[in-house]
Amino acid sequence: MNKPAVDQIRTIDRVNATLKQRYNRERRFRRFGLAAVILGLLFVALMFLNIISHGYSAFYQTRILLDIEYRQEVIDPAGARDPATLSAADYAALVKTALRTLYPEVKGRGEKRELYGMVSSGAALVLRQRVMSDPELIGSRQTLWLPADDDIDMLVKGRIDRNAPESERRIKNRVLAWVEQLEARGAIEKQFNLGFLTGGDSREPELAGIGGAVMGSLYTLIVTLLLSFPIGVATALYLEEFAPRNRWTDLVEVNINNLAAVPSIVFGLLGLAVFINFFGLPRSAPLVGGMVLTLMTLPTIIIASRAALKAVPPSIREAALGIGASRTQTVFHHVLPLAMPGMLTGTIIGMAQALGETAPLLMIGMVAFIVDIPGGAMDPATVLPVQIFLWADSPERAFMEKTSAAIMVLLGFLILMNVIAVILRKRFERRW
Amino acid sequence: MLSITPDTVVLGTARKSVITAGFSPVADDARAINGTVGDITSADPRMTARNVNVYYGDKLAINNVSLDIGVNEVIAMIGPSGCGKSTFLRCLNRMNDTIDICRVEGEIRLDDQDIYDSGLDVVPLRAQVGMVFQKPNPFPKSIYDNVAYGPRIHGLTSNKNDLDEVVEQALLKAGLWDEVKDRLDEVGTGLSGGQQQRLCIARTIAVAPEVILMDEPCSALDPIATARIEELIDELREQYTIAIVTHSMQQAARVSQRTAYFHLGELVEVGKTDDIFTTPRHRLTEDYITGRFG
Ligand SMILES: Nc1ncnc2c1ncn2[C@@H]1O[C@H](COP(=O)(O)OP(=O)(O)OP(=O)(O)O)[C@@H](O)[C@H]1O
Ligand SMILES: [Mg+2]
Repeated sequence: MNKPAVDQIRTIDRVNATLKQRYNRERRFRRFGLAAVILGLLFVALMFLNIISHGYSAFYQTRILLDIEYRQEVIDPAGARDPATLSAADYAALVKTALRTLYPEVKGRGEKRELYGMVSSGAALVLRQRVMSDPELIGSRQTLWLPADDDIDMLVKGRIDRNAPESERRIKNRVLAWVEQLEARGAIEKQFNLGFLTGGDSREPELAGIGGAVMGSLYTLIVTLLLSFPIGVATALYLEEFAPRNRWTDLVEVNINNLAAVPSIVFGLLGLAVFINFFGLPRSAPLVGGMVLTLMTLPTIIIASRAALKAVPPSIREAALGIGASRTQTVFHHVLPLAMPGMLTGTIIGMAQALGETAPLLMIGMVAFIVDIPGGAMDPATVLPVQIFLWADSPERAFMEKTSAAIMVLLGFLILMNVIAVILRKRFERRW
Repeated sequence: MLSITPDTVVLGTARKSVITAGFSPVADDARAINGTVGDITSADPRMTARNVNVYYGDKLAINNVSLDIGVNEVIAMIGPSGCGKSTFLRCLNRMNDTIDICRVEGEIRLDDQDIYDSGLDVVPLRAQVGMVFQKPNPFPKSIYDNVAYGPRIHGLTSNKNDLDEVVEQALLKAGLWDEVKDRLDEVGTGLSGGQQQRLCIARTIAVAPEVILMDEPCSALDPIATARIEELIDELREQYTIAIVTHSMQQAARVSQRTAYFHLGELVEVGKTDDIFTTPRHRLTEDYITGRFG
């Protein structure tokens, strides 16, 4: 009876001797993990901080308050209210007149050009749109906030240093003085810029919007989803549940895994050669973009779906088969519903990749400068990451904030997609 | 009846001699078939297995087993863990088809139909030969849907009322009704282990198969539930044929008319349950049932 007791004391002594060391190791490991997580979060926070601090101002636009007189002799000398005449009228002249009345002392040609340059060329478009939608305005006066030029915008947003010597700044002293006069009167102001979210691209930074690229991305992703989800899930189901295990299926499996590692630009070349050159589909169209991205996301979806199918316990299949369900019934009644959350997650990951993909789309012409907002999958379009690439490549300083803001929009969409993924998962899991 | 290739038979007997060396089996004329002691045949057989070999890859798990399962009979299969009871049972409704590496040789008939015939449809086979698995495996669906699944896919009932009735009867027979009648729409996987096993039994009998294969149906059950299932087996015997694998000698003695003792993939002895438990003829059987083995 004694011996085991002695042995027990020995064991506990031995345990105690190494216990401290064991706990130390554990603590070290935990600290290491924590440090890694903190570092990761720090980088993410830094990235967000950087992007947001650069980009938030793009959601504001500097506007100048002008007293516009819709003069009949400029807009519609004949008085016929013919839409063609109204549309072709020289609205810029109205803006110029308003500026001249504001600064009557400005005389020289060069000086005048600088004065007119304070207001964006988009101001004339605003006036045209107003007159077109309400011709009654002609002959009346109206004080209006009109968009300022991008240099003025940068100055007001503090991105141009007012104290720098004139030679090193894009704004002349004269112009600076006019802006300060406006500021003193409260006639220049940063206002929310809805046009950035709804508008198409433009050569003028102050007019450029992300709306076209958002719609382009949307159409492209819809095409990608409609093609890649059914094809991917069907492929995974066939390979996992129905295909015989032999050399051919092994070969297919290896090739699918290889496809996942193919650089995406190669899919772009393939799309160019097959979809555009061979099948003659239009260039720059979201349809073709979606098809190319389908090629790219398919391996991701197939691999994730197969993993999800593998994770369904075999006992469920046995239960169904043992009761006399056919293989198809077993798969569709029991296996597929259980694998669906995993499949959806894989699909969303694939879609997120597709949303951020640039290279293959460059190859099929989605990099073109497109002002119009696409109305369907066949219209020429660009997508968010390509738009970011285009803006980042533009020399104007004002495009910098647009670039960051576009990244913010892209990240916003990614977060939205992940939220949808989580909600979908929850939905599906609750049914079971 | 012997439709096996000569090669396999030679292999089978070669192994047999190795395995039984060292023991002194009782010399008996009944051993004539495949070295099994006792009478493998049944007067009115529903299923007949002849010279069945089962391989997992290269590994022989069932070695040359022949056995009849009679109409209105409960046959108990006993033997030490890993001896191939489940493997043999799963051959009887071709559940081993689901295991890629598993290969079955020999002949198994349900009535006069060779169930390993290449043209045979396993769906009606499994509707006729139902199975309760060793590990409870309810669907992650509601209790009701679990039981109703079989009748639904086979179109056994024409309306909701009939289906309700079938579900209730199955649950009643499995001794689960009182515990679940107020929560039929809760998930089956939320039940306790023993309740899950009874749910699986209810699911199987809801299809009313002619042969029911039960792989240790009571291993997770308390004595009361076990008694209920044993009663059920007794009831079912009047209409059905039942093969039950069990580790409980008492259970085998209580519910079965015939008992088959498996050892290392071989069918060592088979006979009337009373005879097996009172006067076993093979040394291995005797060792096992007297507790000297396994
Ligand atoms: N899926 C499988 N793959 C490979 N070998 C298997 C497989 N299933 C069973 N075996 C092997 O076949 C032999 C018989 O297994 P089986 O499950 O039939 O035993 P058993 O008699 O039912 O045992 P238990 O009483 O523990 O359930 C064992 O040696 C086992 O290792
Ligand atoms: Mg078993």
